[in-house]
Amino acid sequence: MSLSTQPLTPEIVSQEGNAMVLSMGPQHPSTHGVLQIMLEIEGETIVKAEPEIGYLHTGIEKNMENLFWSHGQTNAERMDYLAPSSNALCYALAVEKLLGITDQIPERAQHIRVLQGELTRIASHCVWLGTHAIDIGAISVFFYCFDLRENILDLQEAAGGARMHPNYIRIGGLNGDLPDGYLDKLDALIAKFPGRMRDLRGLLQANPIFQDRTIDVGVITAQQAIEWGVTGPALRGSGIAYDVRKAYPYSGYDRYQFDVPTRTDGDAYARFLVRLDEMEESLRIISQVRKDLNTPGPVAIDDPKVFPVPKETIALSMEALIHHFKIVSEGFRVPPGDVYSPIEGPRGEVAFYIVSNGENRPYRARLRPPSLYNLQCLKGMAPGNLIADLVVMIGSLDPVFGEVDR
Amino acid sequence: MEIGPGQFLLARLDDVARWAQSSSVWPLTMGLACCAIEMMSVTSAEYDIARLGSEVFRSSPRQADLMIVSGRVAQKMAPVVKRLYDQMADPKWVISMGACASSGGVFDNYAIVQGVDTVIPVDVYVPGCPPTPDGLLYAVNLIQQQIKEGGRGGILARS
Repeated sequence: MSLSTQPLTPEIVSQEGNAMVLSMGPQHPSTHGVLQIMLEIEGETIVKAEPEIGYLHTGIEKNMENLFWSHGQTNAERMDYLAPSSNALCYALAVEKLLGITDQIPERAQHIRVLQGELTRIASHCVWLGTHAIDIGAISVFFYCFDLRENILDLQEAAGGARMHPNYIRIGGLNGDLPDGYLDKLDALIAKFPGRMRDLRGLLQANPIFQDRTIDVGVITAQQAIEWGVTGPALRGSGIAYDVRKAYPYSGYDRYQFDVPTRTDGDAYARFLVRLDEMEESLRIISQVRKDLNTPGPVAIDDPKVFPVPKETIALSMEALIHHFKIVSEGFRVPPGDVYSPIEGPRGEVAFYIVSNGENRPYRARLRPPSLYNLQCLKGMAPGNLIADLVVMIGSLDPVFGEVDR
Repeated sequence: MEIGPGQFLLARLDDVARWAQSSSVWPLTMGLACCAIEMMSVTSAEYDIARLGSEVFRSSPRQADLMIVSGRVAQKMAPVVKRLYDQMADPKWVISMGACASSGGVFDNYAIVQGVDTVIPVDVYVPGCPPTPDGLLYAVNLIQQQIKEGGRGGILARS
């Protein structure tokens, strides 16, 4: 893999042979957002590929420095918009670690957090599978995937009030308990899921066209994966069973029985299989969480300095009114220090590195975006392949540009 | 209504053209951020934008009638959006989907264009973060209505 610092622009056209420079993106149906790839091609074969990012740079991290700790949650969700709940969970865990309240989070809140994390993983993989299949030319998979995703979005809407950015997981617990009728909908989803997975596997797994397009395309060896800092399904597709849920359990993941699916081939097909297996493992966790959800209990810590008091107490108690006024008007302060807190998102190791100087706002909040590290391999993977295979590689890495560019 | 042999219909060419135009508004495949996922949702079985004749997402701006600005427009992306808009053939319409595209949303900072209407003219604004797919369908409806009536510009898709 060559690492050159010379940027590739359309103005540079190689003088020798038939090489030409082609700009792919930023508006391209298969780049999954606003990725631009400058390609030097010879016929259909890629000689050199330079991913150009930053077309969605939002300044989210800078914005977070001007927001109260609790408001930062809103921005965290908008980084990885395919899996907002897992980003929200990551941020909440990081701030809770700084506050030193990690072990005070109630049991029920932890169960529901795990539930949300796994639901969002399935929803995210649904979008990945639907778009990956469209890139390769299979359209019907998209409809099946988005139908399943729609059921999950309904659950998110019921819990948090919004389809895509529910803002349900908060620092110190959750924004309220699950609403009535939620568990029935969840049971319906659990019942529907195995059949739908059979459909999806039936459409693609043994499909000769799909196999032709993905097997031996975009191979990442285990060594390369480690060198490039790849995590998540892309790393597990190369045979390394690293999963933050197992390696550094959080939110009580050590209570649940689940496997970490791996494959050794390291190609796009291996990553496809890993993600499908992961969806089934997620459902296994959800089924286990479901049993715990029958036990009622508090869903947020009982500390009016960190978590707002219940609204109905404000009119009854002077203390509650003061606490409410303080937390709304000036937030809460977090002891000085810094923390790195990783979780396993749908794309890999999502982590927040947060520095506090004791104020009511973060001094610095930095996201470790798995997509950015995974996307790096493209530069090494692409040369020697066809342009059509590049589309498969991007799809199999599943980048989200909200978190790559932030 | 059945038209038998020897019978005919009279209509103004303008009306027929507008009726045809409004039933085949083809959007441009341009996903920017979160809203792009909801834009994909409207093509799914649940919402089915094909009912409005707009399911044909075109990847080339030359073949598209409607630009859905789905998400925050970064300073780096704004020239690209402008160029794509210029490349679209007339007549063309623009939906500004979501709070970020309409006004910058929660991102009032150095990186985000504070409203895509500073770069290209917008016909319909859809509020929400992100708007529901129903919201986007309603916006497409408003575009169709605009085409039939021949008006342009600045409608807020509010229920």
